[in-house]
This record gives sequence, structure tokens and C-alpha cells, in this order.
Amino acid sequence: MSTEQTIIQFEQVTKRYDDGETVLKSVSFEIERGKFYTLLGPSGCGKTTILRLIAGFLEPSEGEIRFDGKVINRVPANERLVNTVFQDYALFPHLNVFENVAFGLRIKKLKQAAVEAKVLEALRFVNLKGYEKREITELSGGQRQRVAIARAIVNEPEVLLLDEPLSALDLKLRTEMQYELRELQRRLGITFIFVTHDQEEALAMSDEIFVMKEGTIQQSGTPTDIYDEPINRFVADFIGESNIVPGSMAEDYRVQFAGKTFECVDGGLRPNEPVEIVIRPEDLEITTPERGKLQVKVDTQLFRGVHYEIVGYDEAGNEWMVHSTKKVEVGERIGLDFDPEAIHVMRFGETEEEFDKRLLAYEEIGHDQ
Amino acid sequence: MTSRSRNVYLVPYLLWMALFIVVPIALILYDSFFDVEGQFTFGNYGKFLTPIYLRMTASSIWYALLITVFSLLVAYPAAYALTKMKHKQLWLLLLILPSWVNLLLKVYAFLGIFGTYGFVNGVLETLGIGRHQILFTDFSFVFVSVYIFIPFMILPIYNALEDLNPSLVFAARDLGASAWTTFRRVVFPLTLDGVKAGCQAVFIPALSLFMITRLVAGNRVITLGTAIEQHFLVTQDWGMGAAIAVFLILAMVVIMIVTGKRQKGGAR
Repeated sequence: MSTEQTIIQFEQVTKRYDDGETVLKSVSFEIERGKFYTLLGPSGCGKTTILRLIAGFLEPSEGEIRFDGKVINRVPANERLVNTVFQDYALFPHLNVFENVAFGLRIKKLKQAAVEAKVLEALRFVNLKGYEKREITELSGGQRQRVAIARAIVNEPEVLLLDEPLSALDLKLRTEMQYELRELQRRLGITFIFVTHDQEEALAMSDEIFVMKEGTIQQSGTPTDIYDEPINRFVADFIGESNIVPGSMAEDYRVQFAGKTFECVDGGLRPNEPVEIVIRPEDLEITTPERGKLQVKVDTQLFRGVHYEIVGYDEAGNEWMVHSTKKVEVGERIGLDFDPEAIHVMRFGETEEEFDKRLLAYEEIGHDQ
Repeated sequence: MTSRSRNVYLVPYLLWMALFIVVPIALILYDSFFDVEGQFTFGNYGKFLTPIYLRMTASSIWYALLITVFSLLVAYPAAYALTKMKHKQLWLLLLILPSWVNLLLKVYAFLGIFGTYGFVNGVLETLGIGRHQILFTDFSFVFVSVYIFIPFMILPIYNALEDLNPSLVFAARDLGASAWTTFRRVVFPLTLDGVKAGCQAVFIPALSLFMITRLVAGNRVITLGTAIEQHFLVTQDWGMGAAIAVFLILAMVVIMIVTGKRQKGGAR
């Protein structure tokens, strides 16, 4: 399976702690060179465990981790070609900015002139020119973040691991740093593996996202893949807002829910198979009850700044959330219109492999995504 | 109003300070300017600068240094191991426990252990090494002192190690540092304050040890502490004893300043 492009490979890696808790359950995946990956999931899903296994702070209980084709299960952290940006930055408080960044280079016993050149370049890279002599305590959160990144990239790692590095920053700075990190990854051309529980961060930055839950990877794919075609209720719920209602597949490209039959773009399912339907709130358009495919009674309306968040109920009792720039009245009956493409059908208990196969099968028939 | 009522609470503390710290130091200082006959004199200080007392001072400092160094050598790894233990609070308690036992009792216990017919010599004999003079040697003096002082060295170092952010160790390893380099460049520098505090807690009392010198070292080791005791209790030359005490107090102040916190940038 692995190609020239593959740099890290997990093969059925399980991590069990001494107390018997299994935090990672037979996980397999491949990481390619030069891409931005995100491990996304709620706390305790095993995403940080994967990062620590790659960094070498943990050893897998079962399975193999390969780096450049070689098994590295027992290679100590200091001999691996990866560097980490820690959640709390883990900057050395007894060293100034320059010496923090120079730490890795000094261990490699580089000449002073080379150390200086590289440190200054790394600091310029993260827009911290002129901060060399500062103490760590004199820096703001965002500046510490940059020092942590400079300290990691100055060693020219092949893979940079980032453990929720933005979680300590305020919203505005966080959004700024998202752009900067993405830009940095492009400029360096190395692999980034980014851990977060923030789906917006994941969608904004990644080439590929691994959505994780309870020690397993639920789904992997590009941000649009995962957003548009979530494999199950967990992924649909975790990535963005979604309306999830029960339904059944009448036949290929015909789905039943809310007491009606709708045209859709999914196929390859058993007739009358029970399914779950996902429609994103922004894919629903408000019209008059007569022109809408669905009729709902507005229950609540919240102003969210960019849009109104409207929640209503249809006759079958399903809850529908709509994101709209149009204002409605609470208690009003409105119609909801949507395209066949907006309907996403999820089978119960489908694995990622089966899902991908089915997706491929009906994409050939002209579903353009 | 509030600041005044708060000052009222300070009164007992200030009284205590005055009565048990300021007044005794003043008395010692006062006494040090009188000779045995009660005449005012600077002679005590003059005598202190003679070779006999200077040698005694040097030997005091030397033994205190030995005791501090050996305590540190034992305590640092012990404290480090302690932080890695599962039930570290329990182990810490067990290590601290002996310091609650009266000093004299512990010293007497060592008289038994190190005695000619004691436990250690018994073991040596069965091993075929034969009985040796252990008591009344430099070795037994330093050994017992280290044993007594170790809890005072372990505690501050243990606290410093516990305060150390574990991700700093991960970060050092991540940046290519071996376990030893991580210790040398990150762990030790960041726990230096604990080491300093421990050294203060050992070195200063070790300077004025007198009971152990008498019982375990058999008066072979004469320190400033022994000299003070001799002058006050045997020769009744309070002035000379006080002069030595003044010197000891000065030495302590100097040590406090030298090993005091000189952190830059307010690092934790």
C-alpha cells in the first residue's frame, strides 16, 4: 500500500495503559509527505495518543509504526525526525527566546555561527525578528506560540506535530494563527499533523482530516468530503451543525423522510433500508409553505450575527435548524426548499471502507462532488 | 481603619520576633564585647583571628561542606525517584518520618550500630573483613550527619521537581536531547532553587553541629558549634563563645545572600 509519498504508517496500532484502559483500538492509516493533516475529535478520543506515539513519548502495545518504511516502535523520541509544538508551548523558562530556539541545534553541536544564522532565520520565519534577547515571561501568548513553532522548525523536521497549539489563544488571534500555520506549512513543504477538538480549525486548515471517537478513526478525508458526506451521526454532529432525521430508502435516488418521498443522489442501498438523513442548516432555504418541499412551524429564532438560526418542527415532529439571512416570525409556518444534492443519506453501522466503495459506485453515475 | 485592625494581629508575631530573635542576637553581640572578668574588650574578636580558631573555622566549613555535598548526592536522586513513584506521598512521609524522632535518640542508635560490638561490625566479621573502628571517625561523623540532614535536603528538591512542568522534559527529548542532556540542561537548572534551599537547610545547621561531634566523632572533630558549647558550659568564657556565635550568624547571612533567589525574568 505504501508509496514514495508515504512518510508515516500506522498498522493496527493499539495502545493500552497499565490500568487496562485502551485508548487506541487497532488504528491503521498513512500520512503522506508535505500535507496538512488534522486529528479531530472530542477529548479522550485518542488523538493526542497518536501524536505521542509518533513523537516517541509512548510505545504502542500492539501493531507497528513505520517512518520512511522503517519500524520505529522503540526508537526513542530524541532520535526521531519529528518535532512537536506543545499545547502549553513547553518553552524553557530559564532560557531566553534565542536559547529556546537554539536548544535543538546546540544538542546537535552546531557551530555558533551556524546556530545564530538558523535561529535568526527561524525567528524571521515566524515574524519574531528582534525578539532574540527577550525572556519567555515577557512574551504574550501569541508570541510564545511563535517561539514554540520556531524552536520546532529550526531543526528541519520532516514532520511537525502540533498538539492543540491554538487552544490557549483568544478567538481573533486563533483565526489569525490558522492562516499563518497553513501558510507556514506551504512555505516549509513539510508534513504537519495537527491535533484539535475544534472542527472549524480542522476544516479551515487541513488537506486531510481524521475524525476520531473512542480510540478509533471514524472517517478520514478532505474537509469537503467529511463535511458533505459524513459517514455517521457522530461525524455529522461533530463537524458543523446538522439536521439528522430518520428515514428509509425507497429505491435508488428516492428517499423517504418526514412522511414524504424526495429525490436524492444516493444509491446502492437495499430497498426500504432504514437510514439517517443529514441536511445542513445552510442548505435549507426559506420560502412560502406552498413552494417549500417541507413545511415547518418556527419555534425559536436566534440572531447569530452572520445569519439567523431558526429552529422549527415539521408535522412528523422532526426538528429542523435553518441558517438564513431572512428573518421570520416565531410561530409562523414556513416552507423549506432544498436541492437533491443537499440530502445526504447515512447507513447504520457502515464502515469507512464500505462507505467509500458505495460512494465510488454511485459517483460514476454522475454525482458530482 | 482596616489596616490598623490588621496591624493589631501583627502584635503577637512582632513580640515573638523581638523576644526570641532580636533580643537574643543583641545579647550575643553585647556579650561578645566582654572578657571573662566582665571588662569591655575587642579581644574576643582578636582571639578569633588566631590560627587555632581559624583552623577550627576552616574545619567547620569543610565538614559542613562534606555533609551538604553528600546529602545532595543522596537526596537529589532520591527526590527524583520519589516523584516517579506511584504512592509518592506515602514514600515521602516515610522519608520524613525519622526527622520527627529526637535527634539524640537517633545518634544513640548509631552508637549501637557502629559500636565495636555493633551491628555493622558483626556483619563485617561474618564477611571475614573483621572488626574495625567505625565510631569516632570522620566517616561515622559525616555519615550520621548526612543521615540526620537528608530529609531537609529532600523536601525542597522534591517540591521543585514536582513543580517542574513535565512537558518541558518531553520538549527537551523531542528536540533531540538524551535523558542525561535533558537532566543537565533542563531539569537540573529548573530545580536549582530547590537545591539551593536544601543546601541552606543543611549547610547552616551543619556549621554549628556539636552533639554529633561529641557523641559520634568522639570530640575528634572540633567545629565552631563544639567551641561555642565549650566556652559557655566548660570554660565559662561567654564573651568568646558569643564572638564565635556572631561569626556564625554572619556566615549564615552571607550564605543566605549567596544562595538566595537570583532569578531572572520571574521564571517559575
